[in-house]
Amino acid sequence: MNDQSRPFEMALGQSGSAANDCKVTSRKVSVFYGQKQALFDVDLDVPDRAVTALIGPSGCGKSTFLRCLNRMNDTIPECRVTGDIMVDGKDIHDPELDVVELRGRVGMVFQKPNPFPKSIFENVAYGPRIHGLARSKGDLEEIVISSLAKAGLLSEVEDRIHEPGTGLSGGQQQRLCIARAIAVNPELILMDEPCSALDPIATARIEELIDELKTNYCIVIVTHSMQQAARVSQRTAFFHLGVLVEEGVTAEMFTNPKDKRTQDYITGRFG
Amino acid sequence: MSDGIAQSPGVPARESCWGSDAAKRRVRRRYGADRRLQIYGLGSIGLAVALLGILFSSLIFSGYVAFVTTKVGLKIYLDPNIIDQADPGAANYRKMTRSAFFAYFPEVTSPKERRQLAKLLSRGAQYVVRDYVVAHPEEIGNLVEIKVPLSDPFDQLYKGVIPAEIDALSGDRIELFNVLKRGGVLHVENDKAFAKADIYINQADVPEGDVEAADYQRMVNEAFRAFYMRARTLAYEEILSDQAAAAVKARVLADPGLVGKTIQINLPLSEHYDNLARTGEAKVLNPRFSSKKDLEWFDSLKKRGLLSTPFTWELFVNADSRFPELAGLSGALTGSFLALLVCFLLSFPIGIATALYLEEFASKNRWTDLIEVNINNLAAVPSVVFGLLGLAVFLNAFGLPRSAPLVGGIVLSLMTLPTIIVATRAALKAVPPSIREGGYGVGASKHQVMLHHVLPLAMPGILTGTIIGLARALGETAPLLLIGMNAFIPSIENMGLLQPAMALPTQIFSWADSPERGFVSRTSAAILILLAFLIIMNAIAVFLRHRVERKW
Repeated sequence: MNDQSRPFEMALGQSGSAANDCKVTSRKVSVFYGQKQALFDVDLDVPDRAVTALIGPSGCGKSTFLRCLNRMNDTIPECRVTGDIMVDGKDIHDPELDVVELRGRVGMVFQKPNPFPKSIFENVAYGPRIHGLARSKGDLEEIVISSLAKAGLLSEVEDRIHEPGTGLSGGQQQRLCIARAIAVNPELILMDEPCSALDPIATARIEELIDELKTNYCIVIVTHSMQQAARVSQRTAFFHLGVLVEEGVTAEMFTNPKDKRTQDYITGRFG
Repeated sequence: MSDGIAQSPGVPARESCWGSDAAKRRVRRRYGADRRLQIYGLGSIGLAVALLGILFSSLIFSGYVAFVTTKVGLKIYLDPNIIDQADPGAANYRKMTRSAFFAYFPEVTSPKERRQLAKLLSRGAQYVVRDYVVAHPEEIGNLVEIKVPLSDPFDQLYKGVIPAEIDALSGDRIELFNVLKRGGVLHVENDKAFAKADIYINQADVPEGDVEAADYQRMVNEAFRAFYMRARTLAYEEILSDQAAAAVKARVLADPGLVGKTIQINLPLSEHYDNLARTGEAKVLNPRFSSKKDLEWFDSLKKRGLLSTPFTWELFVNADSRFPELAGLSGALTGSFLALLVCFLLSFPIGIATALYLEEFASKNRWTDLIEVNINNLAAVPSVVFGLLGLAVFLNAFGLPRSAPLVGGIVLSLMTLPTIIVATRAALKAVPPSIREGGYGVGASKHQVMLHHVLPLAMPGILTGTIIGLARALGETAPLLLIGMNAFIPSIENMGLLQPAMALPTQIFSWADSPERGFVSRTSAAILILLAFLIIMNAIAVFLRHRVERKW
């Protein structure tokens, strides 16, 4: 645990303030799919109440890293993760720690909108219900309404809250998934290319939403679009071939990258 | 680069490639192949539809008559002196039914004739009357008209399934007769047919000159040896009347000097050949009827309009019976239902649990591979083997009662399990991983994801597989026969999971084995009903599959 003593070289984001505001720290995280190593010793710190973007070409390990943060990789049988990941200073691989509780604390939004084939209400209510967050039916309704409101979806679905979530448009479905994630009151929201299946207008809505959410949540977003990273994130980490090449304040990184590979990528030489 | 190709010798220029004769031939060949493929497909579909059509039309053709029964309306006075109001089932309904029937034939009085007359009625007619009275006790004291079934041969006769008379002679006998006829051997004199024959009165056949004791039969045989050879198995004596040898004897007795000479003589023909020679056809009474008198009585009933053919509700209401006109399927349907219920209750939860574990929880290693392969093998094991297994394990080792739907259901569930497991695994695989990720993403545990999301979405597919497995189990005969689920059950009152029972397919099997003509159509009707159930079950499966397709 010597990582704890290592000084953070963290430049401040807009809303970040200090080193003790660090939500996630990862040290020497490596991921193996069977014999193949997908991530090599990644050290990354994620600030709270800010958006951190993970960028890089396809297959560089950014999604793999994201999925380590809520131990989603556990569901892949041949996947093995080594190294330390701390959320709020607690090791998430601690055998004492309940993975279900972790996933409640770390919400996730996926690439393709994946609402359950149930009603909008049930989609949002599912998380609070299984975690026992609502004491009464009224409580549950309140959580659903406020989550939909936070996801900016309430006005659009107010009159059809008991209709199937799969009947919504792609962008609305994705916001429903965000509402579903924030309904369990997470501290950290992971977003895996949340806009890649959406049109530009729906993308803009999601980006606005991310901007609003960052005042309350720590958000880590994987994106293929460097413009999107530049628009929504305060910090950016660039992955290449399973290695964290460079990370820093977004504006700084896009204007003045330190590494040659980062420069090549953001100027469009590869990827 | 293209310049290089165009200029090189022997290779045609690019432009001409698409327009050349070879290219056109290629296109024609491709179109030809497309057309041929379509024709093959259409041909096989046509063949399949034609075979199905033949199956159904033959079943319907032979089975439709079972859906109506010939009945005669009897006017019966339900005498309160005979029928005890408190126990209406105990009266002598046999006598009551018969006397009501005999009332139509006042001229028939002798006990022997009446016994014969009573054979027109089904032997179960009295039970029909009894059941009517038990069901309607308020009618006691009234004159009621009750329709009771005729016995099987008359039922079949009225429906035109069997004729009153049949050909007396088989085809090869008629052919032999025609050979004689063409040879000019036969002629008709004084409304009687004769065969002309030259008979050599062989000295050797007359022992010590005693013409009285001579073997004339042998001499006649010799004369007809040629035809005899031809017919081989056919005794020509059948053609000649048994008076033929006597006629020869009479001639020789009259003139003993004929011994050692050849005589020409007209030999009388036996009855059927006589008829055939004179009228061109030889008919006899259908052996299913005992005498011409039966048919006269039957015709009289028919002429008086007393017969009718109402719908055979008995087919669904009654259980099995020795009398085809009263045999029904309710026992078989109950037995099949009980066995399928046991089969469903066992194989559905076990199948889903197995599939869920193998698909979602088990690690992929050599053991799970082995189990998977064996489950697939199990689906291919012939059903008779499962029957033997049931016999050896459930009946002999565990001592469960034989013929019981419980054992039948257990054996059928062994057969259904692999189907359900395979279908469930396919359905679980078809649930998109995004749904699972969504569940895990909000912090659901594995069993919550399975029970709340994956299983409900896979359910239509699982049910489809289950219904198809159950439909197969419904039609299975061999395993049920082996555990004895073809008991004769004349009443459904005492049927239970541990009581002897039969099932639809075993009922069909036992009816198909019965000699009465009425069971032929009953068998076809039972097959139609079984097929109707299978079609309904498969339709439900198709409907469910359709719904699952629309889901995402």
